[in-house]
Amino acid sequence: MLQVSIYRYNPESDAEPYMQDVQVDTGGKDLMVLDVMEMIKAQDTSFVYRRSCREGVCGSDGVNINGLNGLACITPLSDRVRDNKLVLRPLPGLPVIRDLVVDMSMFYAQYEKVQPYLQNDTPAPAIERLQSPEEREKLDGLYECILCACCSTSCPSFWWNPDRFIGPAGLLQAYRFLADSRDTATEERLAKLDDPFSVFRCHGIQACVNVCPKGLNPTRAIGHIRNMLLTRAT
Amino acid sequence: MVTAITSMGRSGLHDWLMQRVSAVIILAYVLYVGGVVASGVDYASWKALYSQTWMRIFSLLALLSFGAHAWVGLWSVFTDYLTERMLGAVGDKLRFLAQALSAVIMFTYIVWGIQILWGL
Ligand code: SF4
Ligand code: SF4
Ligand code: FES
Repeated sequence: MLQVSIYRYNPESDAEPYMQDVQVDTGGKDLMVLDVMEMIKAQDTSFVYRRSCREGVCGSDGVNINGLNGLACITPLSDRVRDNKLVLRPLPGLPVIRDLVVDMSMFYAQYEKVQPYLQNDTPAPAIERLQSPEEREKLDGLYECILCACCSTSCPSFWWNPDRFIGPAGLLQAYRFLADSRDTATEERLAKLDDPFSVFRCHGIQACVNVCPKGLNPTRAIGHIRNMLLTRAT
Repeated sequence: MVTAITSMGRSGLHDWLMQRVSAVIILAYVLYVGGVVASGVDYASWKALYSQTWMRIFSLLALLSFGAHAWVGLWSVFTDYLTERMLGAVGDKLRFLAQALSAVIMFTYIVWGIQILWGL
């Protein structure tokens, strides 16, 4: 029997959050964390979390699993469970709506700030804006982000200043458009990032890189943005 | 509210660069003075070293770098932890106080340092 400890909070009936202990029979199999959550929910339908694709594509089931953020659906128990104990908490740093469901508004607000869409005012060509294979290659490791928020919610700088520091996920997307050969708003984008908070609250501790379920590297992207700002200023 | 008005240069890049450059200057100074001390000094050689203009300038530069480095670093720490988000309404007042205090301390050190260096 796997010992599972889950964070429970229902603002309508609970004065404060508490940890609930549950036992789950995994049949000795190395299930995904999400499977265990589904088994718990089958017994207690009041347990709430987000999920959709169950294959690491939608990014909706980011949770804190034994202290490390990750997508429940693609994290096998063997990855995190030690001493037969599994602890599930909501993503840290964001307000909890109920159980493992957090309010992602602050996260999305930062994403919105970087204007995550292609900007180009030149007349559109008849078919499409072409890129060379080399130019396209620059977007690898950037466009794959599924906005699960695992990175930003494990970043201390984002915990302390979620309203001012864009955070690793937003900055990865900021760089995705800065690096795009078809985007012409580079200067405007950089001008908005030069303040002491948006980019420079990153202290490079790489907590973000450590948890990204897609294996992306926001710290490297942030370094590229810093270099672009430096080049722009000199 | 946490704002950037008390940061060193109001530009993140400016502060970031300042932090790197001042770190290099402080490091160079510490290594140099450390080397001098390690190779043995007495009162006469120490006094001779510090009576040279270039050494005084180097020392003042290190002192100013120290002040700037401390300001940027502490500003960053204060705006992380002494905030409304962390401590409620009192956070902003505390942060302002902490910043004012660190500014006075740094200013004192710099003036005092100049006094010592030029033997005023
Ligand atoms: S960078 Fe990775 S961890 Fe961060 S939101 Fe995107 S997919 Fe999730
Ligand atoms: S490297 Fe930067 S963005 Fe990533 S966790 Fe650390 S401070 Fe946050
Ligand atoms: S359920 Fe879609 S990423 Fe896990």
